[in-house]
Amino acid sequence: MKILVGIKRVVDYNVRIRVLSDGSGVDTDGVKMSVNPFDEIALEEALRIRDAGNAEEVIVVSAGGDECQQQLRTGLAMGADRAIQIQTSADLQPLSTARAFLKIIEREDPGLVLLGKQAIDDDNSQTAQMLAALWDRPQATFASKLELDGQSATVTREVDAGLETIEVDLPAVISVDLRLNEPRFVKLPDIMKAKRKPLDVIPLEELGVAAEGNLEVGHYAPPPQREKGIMVEDAAQLVEELKNRGLI
Amino acid sequence: MTVYNHPYKDVEFLFSELLDFDRMCQEAGLEDINQELVSAILDEAGRLGTEVIAPLNAIGDRNGATLGEDGVQETPGFADAYRQYVDSGWPSLTAGETYGGQGMPKLVGAAVAEIWQSSSLAFSLCPLLTGGAIEAIAAHGSDELKETYLPDMVSGQWTATMNLTESAAGSDLAAVASRAVPEGDHYLISGQKIFISWGDHQMAENIIHLVLARLPNAPGGVKGISLFLVPKFLLDENGRPGQRNDVYCVSLEHKLGIHASPTCVMNFGDNGGAVGYLVGEPHNGLAAMFTMMNDARQGTGMQGLSLSERSYQQALEYAKERLQGTRSDGTRYPIIEFPDVRRMLMMMKSATEAMRGLAYKAAAEIDLSHWAKDPREARRHAERTSLYTPIVKGWITELAQEITSLGIQVHGGMGYVEETGSAQHFRDARITTIYEGTTGIQGLDLVGRKILANKGEILRDLLDEIEVTADAMSADDSLAGQASALKQAVDNGREARAWLLDHAAENRDVAGGVSVNFMLLMGYICGGWVMGQAALKACSLLAGDGGNESFLRAKRVTAQFYSDHLLPRVGSHLATVKAGADSIMALDVEQF
Repeated sequence: MKILVGIKRVVDYNVRIRVLSDGSGVDTDGVKMSVNPFDEIALEEALRIRDAGNAEEVIVVSAGGDECQQQLRTGLAMGADRAIQIQTSADLQPLSTARAFLKIIEREDPGLVLLGKQAIDDDNSQTAQMLAALWDRPQATFASKLELDGQSATVTREVDAGLETIEVDLPAVISVDLRLNEPRFVKLPDIMKAKRKPLDVIPLEELGVAAEGNLEVGHYAPPPQREKGIMVEDAAQLVEELKNRGLI
Repeated sequence: MTVYNHPYKDVEFLFSELLDFDRMCQEAGLEDINQELVSAILDEAGRLGTEVIAPLNAIGDRNGATLGEDGVQETPGFADAYRQYVDSGWPSLTAGETYGGQGMPKLVGAAVAEIWQSSSLAFSLCPLLTGGAIEAIAAHGSDELKETYLPDMVSGQWTATMNLTESAAGSDLAAVASRAVPEGDHYLISGQKIFISWGDHQMAENIIHLVLARLPNAPGGVKGISLFLVPKFLLDENGRPGQRNDVYCVSLEHKLGIHASPTCVMNFGDNGGAVGYLVGEPHNGLAAMFTMMNDARQGTGMQGLSLSERSYQQALEYAKERLQGTRSDGTRYPIIEFPDVRRMLMMMKSATEAMRGLAYKAAAEIDLSHWAKDPREARRHAERTSLYTPIVKGWITELAQEITSLGIQVHGGMGYVEETGSAQHFRDARITTIYEGTTGIQGLDLVGRKILANKGEILRDLLDEIEVTADAMSADDSLAGQASALKQAVDNGREARAWLLDHAAENRDVAGGVSVNFMLLMGYICGGWVMGQAALKACSLLAGDGGNESFLRAKRVTAQFYSDHLLPRVGSHLATVKAGADSIMALDVEQF
């Protein structure tokens, strides 16, 4: 079985992001970029499945400009066997990404697709669901535990009410949550080895997918500064103050 | 406690723009190594530093190593962190490939060491010492010693120490009194060594001590000292640690800083003699030590840089968050808006970047001296390395005292409170001007071995090269002011050089009296040089299609600040040098 893992290049989670003054986006000029943390968890899980003998090959896939090869190399250094870059200069929306991934699925025929539950840049949380629908295969999102059993997978999902356990037939798309595992630290010799692992570059056009968008971004703005609060004496005054502000 | 983040932008700028790393590697025929690979390496090291090692720094300060029944117990958490460090393969970074190393350049080793040292200096010393011992054994040990000990040291399974100092033999190693008596295929070592960093701990399955001692009938002085390898556990027939050797830590020093680094008094041979093996030729132990000297001293300079960087990051964060000013509309603003706080932060930022520029340049020079194919080129790089070394060690660690002190000052009263964590960097930095040769020793080394011994020729070439940078800067109108300041500094350097060559022979106190000021003068000039080179590169990148515009603009301003605030110190050191040693030595000892 092959496992396909999606990797997105995002602003590092340690960076305090800054909105561009014209509101057109987030300043990424010279900002540290990393693998989306949820994608790292997805890859870690794929590697554990492979190393336990339940898969033969782990392939990392990313869609983006050549700069995303850096994140694919990180995936290879973590232990993926090979990498595919879907090459595009466009900022793909989830639907286009899902369509492009579907084309890769058709080429690679994986038994399992593991994605992060969302990317920490736009927090869309859509690609996995869309991909499952386009592929017409089962999906299990927000996985915090994953057990493979031949032709199916038992997945514990983090839902609002707590945990939910479901079983899905394979092949399936599974999106992973924070508590699934703790990704490994990359070993120094593996960084060197990653340079020699195969990394295929496939232009988006070659997959016959258009980088069109059905979402329109109005503008970006930083969250408003927190205003000075007041101390209330009791619940009655709290209700009063909320009413005064037209909040209830 | 604050987080540490690797200042990768400045490091990448140095690699690509000031050192031209890719070309360096190409010319040396290192096909597999380039900046892209180094970025990936630094990324991963930065992650381990930030997430695993840096959080232990304050813990180690409050819970230093302790001595108990079973020897030294290191700070809680250190053993796990060391295990992760070893499992990730970091001990092998620069070691030779024969014994399992990755064979990366010294420059890359220095850049990665900066991360460990900023994360926790106390922790970083353990692998640092192991690295030094690996070099010494690789350069001087027999094939059998190398094959027996190096693989487990390179992998980090075993750590190592340097046992030089004795209570009567500090800077003066001629007084070493420890003894080694031949017995069969080995020697029995006895004596007491002090100030042995990481002399004992429980993080590794064996500890390999390199020990200076005298053979029977050895000549007196430094020419009678030999080097021995003394393992904590003797190896069994399978080469695994077995029987306990007769070497024990008998006490730990209580220190101002680096509390988590156990500073041991080591007793050898209290129960009949510690088994040791000769490394290199008899009576030639000091040569083996000097093999490591450039590395070890430059490495200590790096420590001054690393602590300055950490102190700066912490001060900067505080200055952005601490609200103390009130605007007319009643809103409050952080202290970073006050000019004097800005001045302190700019001092920290510009000094740290200048230190990094010089330290990395000097580390690259070590690589170039090994890689050069033309023997004359190799010699030129080796001479330049030896000139840089006391400046890197002496100037950076002295400046680090001021910078880590400013880190406290930015915090005001909160900086003086231990819980804030800024004071630790200041206390930890204090050792760096002392160990691996005090500042005084660095001054003497520079003035004596590195300048007077070659009639100032190596220094003359360096000053000429710095002037080339100043000339290039003067071609850019926006850098004209900095260019003339750097030119002035070079002229001051030449004046100091000429004065030294003229007056050193007058009496033996002259060179010793002016040496530290001379060394600091050269440090500030070299700092001005690398900042000038950085400003030039920033200007040309900004004139083209740039790169990271805000970083490049900040670089230019930082270079300007260095030129305005730190470079003028060259003039003051020149005046002090030219005052000579008269007022230093004029009082009789009884008059004190």
